[in-house]
Amino acid sequence: MKPFKTLDAITCPLPQSNVDTDQLIPARFMKRSRADGYGGFLLHDLRFDETGAQKPDCPLNDPERQGAQILVSRRNFGSGSSREAAVYALVDYGINCVVAPSFGDIFASNAVNNGLLPATVSEDDCEALLAGLADGAQTATVDLEAQTIRAANLVLPFTVDPVWRTKLLNGWDDIDLTRSHAAAISAFAEADRTRRPWMQPRKTG
Amino acid sequence: MTVAGTESGRTLFDKVFDAHVIVKREDGQCLLWIDRHFLHEGSFHAFNKLKERDAEVARPDLTFGIEDHYVPTRTRDLSVIDPAIRGMIEQLRGNSQRHGLRLFDLDDPGQGIVHVVGPEQGLTLPGLTMVCGDSHTATHGAFGAIAFGIGASEVAHVLMTQTLWQKKPKRMRITVEGALAPGVSAKDIALSIIARIGADGAAGHAIEYAGSAIRSLSMEGRLTLCNLSIEAGGRCGMVAPDQTTVDYLRGRPFAPEGTLFDKGAADWLALQSDADAVFDREMHLDAADIAPSVTWGITPEDASPITAKVPDPENFEDPARAQQVRDALEYMDIRPGQCLSDIRIDRVFIGSCTNSRIEDLRAAASILKGRKASVPGLVSPGSMQVKRQAEAEGLDRIFLDAGLEWVDAGCSMCVGMNGDLVPPGERCASTTNRNFRGRQGPGSRTHLMSPAMVAAAAVTGHLTDMRELMQAPVAGGNIG
Ligand code: SF4
Repeated sequence: MKPFKTLDAITCPLPQSNVDTDQLIPARFMKRSRADGYGGFLLHDLRFDETGAQKPDCPLNDPERQGAQILVSRRNFGSGSSREAAVYALVDYGINCVVAPSFGDIFASNAVNNGLLPATVSEDDCEALLAGLADGAQTATVDLEAQTIRAANLVLPFTVDPVWRTKLLNGWDDIDLTRSHAAAISAFAEADRTRRPWMQPRKTG
Repeated sequence: MTVAGTESGRTLFDKVFDAHVIVKREDGQCLLWIDRHFLHEGSFHAFNKLKERDAEVARPDLTFGIEDHYVPTRTRDLSVIDPAIRGMIEQLRGNSQRHGLRLFDLDDPGQGIVHVVGPEQGLTLPGLTMVCGDSHTATHGAFGAIAFGIGASEVAHVLMTQTLWQKKPKRMRITVEGALAPGVSAKDIALSIIARIGADGAAGHAIEYAGSAIRSLSMEGRLTLCNLSIEAGGRCGMVAPDQTTVDYLRGRPFAPEGTLFDKGAADWLALQSDADAVFDREMHLDAADIAPSVTWGITPEDASPITAKVPDPENFEDPARAQQVRDALEYMDIRPGQCLSDIRIDRVFIGSCTNSRIEDLRAAASILKGRKASVPGLVSPGSMQVKRQAEAEGLDRIFLDAGLEWVDAGCSMCVGMNGDLVPPGERCASTTNRNFRGRQGPGSRTHLMSPAMVAAAAVTGHLTDMRELMQAPVAGGNIG
């Protein structure tokens, strides 16, 4: 995974609460192979009407917000299902950071596993940022080291779980780290067999 | 002041969590042992990650595949269904075979929705850690297990290592005391909680449900309640094991038997929060304050008692919430101030891992018995075992005589991945767990409620207080 340090990029407002995973990627697209990219499915039913034409009122369709890598939304972003495809859709579209007052728990950990930063800001700061973008600010600078967002004359602090921050800053992948604990894992499993003999599923086959 | 889970006693969650920690890092990250891992057709992304690394499944004996998300419910013949959907099912079969996993496929008498099958087969046990690439994995917490949904990267991690990195979430206790009024179900408890604390109200927290109203729930009711923990934003939901739990598990195919069961039962019953355990958050609810509830908006927090009116966005102080309610009412095409019971519906759905167990079907059938549905609808039992039992009890006849369709088990219209969809613009009274925009199909409108409430709506054609039908005697009918 690519390390995330700072990001200076076009920023798109999405002033809605509860942007759930069913909206981020509707279920009907999830049969597709990732090889073709999921970016086209991002927020599909908000971006396109039944005929496939772009809806002009969707901020992602604003010509000035094309190429956005940062999204600013309201509370409970990514609530709903565990579908990591919701993160794939964002990442494949080009979004590397979502700023919101709160996130769905599973979404946020999926995001970090794909190098996407879920930056949590206060409700007030979020509204200030959305107002700045509505007034014409085009870009924002997200500094993960300093945990700040700069946009439209604002310097706003954000929070992110310190463990996730380290993971993002270094671009770490859990699997290699876990494998370094292989001995501890087998010792645990061995001891557990006597401690909880009833854990093993009875019927096999 | 004591910090939750340290100097003072430990919570149920702490006890199960601590017993699974393999490595604890200074930053608080814990490498957790995982006891059960369920997979479904959506797991192909994770298997692809294994393939990239040429990796094997670490513990096939603790890993179970279940065909549910994409399965057809009106036929079990794959040759006649959409090839893209068939492809999803075949990928899971291929991956299960390749890695030697026990698969509950369409021909298996135990097939059904993962969160119905796990408990029913005795795969779900108290004190376990359980994961699945599905957010409603929280359901299994009804047994006092730590169960939560994970994404594809984590699924791949568990497949390869049988472990997961987790930081201990905060602990929250929701206590419901008193007796529920007749007709009030676990679904109503859950919707009332979510309406009060919001769809992110329990974010970052593991929930424990406690109190006399919870104790009095059957395992089915507890499963429904824990299922909806995620809709309150909770990491997981748990109910402490008691005699109801132990009695449910005895004799289940995958549960231990004989002395092993007795040892298990003794360990399970000890899994209680200590009397002096401190929770990060507490919430109390009086069972008497809970009424049959329905949702009117596009998140489960948009729920109200059926006796209420649709809220007016102008009455909300918070501008963001007002905007959200405005958007919701526009999408749902309903007016502020309208009586909820005046909202007409186009169809009903009874099913999903929230409300498709035998008790749910009995509750719906008790309202439908001797009556006709005035709208079309689908009844999909949560598993083929539930289906057989319902047929043995004659419930299928009640649904069919009422004019509803009686189909096979699967996720079906909860998410519409198999093609069971609510047509655009239509309004569905549904026993499912998500009323998100387009969840049941593009442009669909969903009202969440209990099975008995869905049955009542089916009869009248509009959202209805089931208590009215519960009291009204029907000729030849036996409304319980
Ligand atoms: S029934 Fe719905 S919520 Fe439950 S597992 Fe299936 S898709 Fe998920």
